[in-house]
Amino acid sequence: MKRKTEVSELIFKIVAYVFMVVFALLCLYPLIFVLAGAFSSSEAVSSNQVVLWPVIGGGADGAYRFGFAVEAFKYAFNYNMFWVSYANTIFVAFLGTVWCLVYSILGAYALSKKRLIGRHGFNFFLVFTMWFAAGIIPTFLNYKVTGDTLATLVGGKTWSDIDLKWLIVLAMGMNATNIILLRNSFEGVPTEIEEAARIDGATELQVLMNVYIPMSKATIATVALFFGISRWNGYFWAYKVSNAANQSYSWPVQVLVRDIIEKETDITGTYNADNTHDFQSVGQATSTLYSFIVLSIIPILVIYPFIQKYFAKGVNMGGVKE
Amino acid sequence: MFKMKCDDFLTYDEATGTYSMPAEQQVRDQTEKNRWRTIGLAVLKDWRLYAMLLPMILVYVLWRYAPMTQLLGAFKDYKTPGANGNTDNMNWYGVNNFLDIFVGSQATKFWPAFRNTFIIAFYNLLFGFPMPIILALFFNEIKSNVVRSTVQVLVYLPKFLSTVIVTSIALILLNGSDKGDYGAVAKLISLFGPNNVPLKEALVGGIFFDARYFRALYVITELWEHAGYDSIVFFAAVIAVSPTSYEAAQIDGAGKMQQMRYVVIPSILSTVVIMLIMKIGGLLSVGYEKVYLLHSTGNDSASQIVATLANSWGDGKGIAAEMTNNLIGMILVIGANTVSRKAANVSLY
Repeated sequence: MKRKTEVSELIFKIVAYVFMVVFALLCLYPLIFVLAGAFSSSEAVSSNQVVLWPVIGGGADGAYRFGFAVEAFKYAFNYNMFWVSYANTIFVAFLGTVWCLVYSILGAYALSKKRLIGRHGFNFFLVFTMWFAAGIIPTFLNYKVTGDTLATLVGGKTWSDIDLKWLIVLAMGMNATNIILLRNSFEGVPTEIEEAARIDGATELQVLMNVYIPMSKATIATVALFFGISRWNGYFWAYKVSNAANQSYSWPVQVLVRDIIEKETDITGTYNADNTHDFQSVGQATSTLYSFIVLSIIPILVIYPFIQKYFAKGVNMGGVKE
Repeated sequence: MFKMKCDDFLTYDEATGTYSMPAEQQVRDQTEKNRWRTIGLAVLKDWRLYAMLLPMILVYVLWRYAPMTQLLGAFKDYKTPGANGNTDNMNWYGVNNFLDIFVGSQATKFWPAFRNTFIIAFYNLLFGFPMPIILALFFNEIKSNVVRSTVQVLVYLPKFLSTVIVTSIALILLNGSDKGDYGAVAKLISLFGPNNVPLKEALVGGIFFDARYFRALYVITELWEHAGYDSIVFFAAVIAVSPTSYEAAQIDGAGKMQQMRYVVIPSILSTVVIMLIMKIGGLLSVGYEKVYLLHSTGNDSASQIVATLANSWGDGKGIAAEMTNNLIGMILVIGANTVSRKAANVSLY
């Protein structure tokens, strides 16, 4: 009896290890592929020679071999539009995250207080946006209206007169789930500590800053990560808004990457040879694209391991409320 | 009936023949009378708390609730002469937009899109739901801390890449070519069906742009993106199972499968049920950004969902179509939440 148990457990363990390692490698592979592609020659990239490691060659003799080419990065570093959009993304991600965090923490703190009159109403107000969204066209029309209003406030006429990055910072990236995560975490802070602070004469804001925020560090780090990542990755609305207002100088890097895929490479099948192109060849555009992808995910890869240990905790704490 | 009610709070005095009110009721009445005053004073005293709430309310009113007023566009005639795309200048159109998409000239576009939304969502649920559970069970087997944290870091990672990057990499890896040098993964796929004519055709034009393979590939990329991250909540449930339960089962001679069947599965069942109900609730909210980025004329018949269709229309019909989709979605969410509250006494909201 005892022996049989050990065998089945061993088999299960082996299956688990193999499966998990294979799955983890599959998750990693596309990143390795893109990295390899970014260091390959444009000829190798355009004829799909890259599989796992950088490939160069394919010139006169037509032979491909292992090696590093930096032409893609060289081109990327000289491509001004990329750095403009990269700066835009940093601007939007930084200010957007700060803005979202500020109003989310303040709002979640107020919502976590039992003495708040109309608390259920405010909670419903928040949760309803998770149930029902107006949809793409109404949201777009609303961005236009609020963009125009913002423009008149600063002396312009239509939304193309203002820098739409500000509209992206202020109006996008809302997430009710994050506010609820924060609220649940604030509700878990023992009231005794707050009372002690109040006896010492702390005001509402001081209680929040000196008691609640330090005690909810894990959740705040998680939520900041969620906001930051969604800001860094935001595509659709930034694209819709900046394109409708003809403002390519407001493009975040995601919009630029997509634009290059569509217009400069044949990946989406929408390449038009008759148009004027920024790149000498489709191959060059493709290998440069790889380097853009690599450069645009480096910040995520850098931040992610530090904050990864927090979010498993934060998500479990606030996910399901019993 | 009325008298009985009155008797609850009025006492009848036999001697004078008058009704009088007990003292505590008078207090209650006074409180009721002063209710708004009390609320006002409480708000005033706690004004800092309400001021803290204000920015959040403002953001949500301006950019979540204000768009809902634009839903009126669903009842307006976008072809009004001189309106120039401004809904304020358009004539009212009644429910003609809705009739148009349900039974009228656009029904042949709307219903397939609705069907696609549903099918993509259903496949996503069918494959996307069990996968994180399996991952969580396997995670639990990996006792080595180094291996486990390495694997965790890697499988959560795709969730944090942008949709543009994910779709770009997927399209590159599945890139088509008429010279036979496909993208790296397409090359692998081509080995499986060397004599499969439709597969060959799809590979030439880019396999993602073929309606036959779109859904399968979409679901696989979704798994790649979300399965690892979604396993967190199940993993938390699995590690919460007490080691003594395993030991008891082992002493009773249970093999690994029996331990799974009788110890682990019952312990995580409530989490599984809640997550399933929640997933069903979110069924129709297919991530349109990703579908939008993968949509092409080639896979149109499989990839056109209501949101992308509405986006391409951009008029009253589009608003009507998406509103229908979102209202059904809302009913599903509220229904799922009610079921979960009744069944498991757990609700998300």
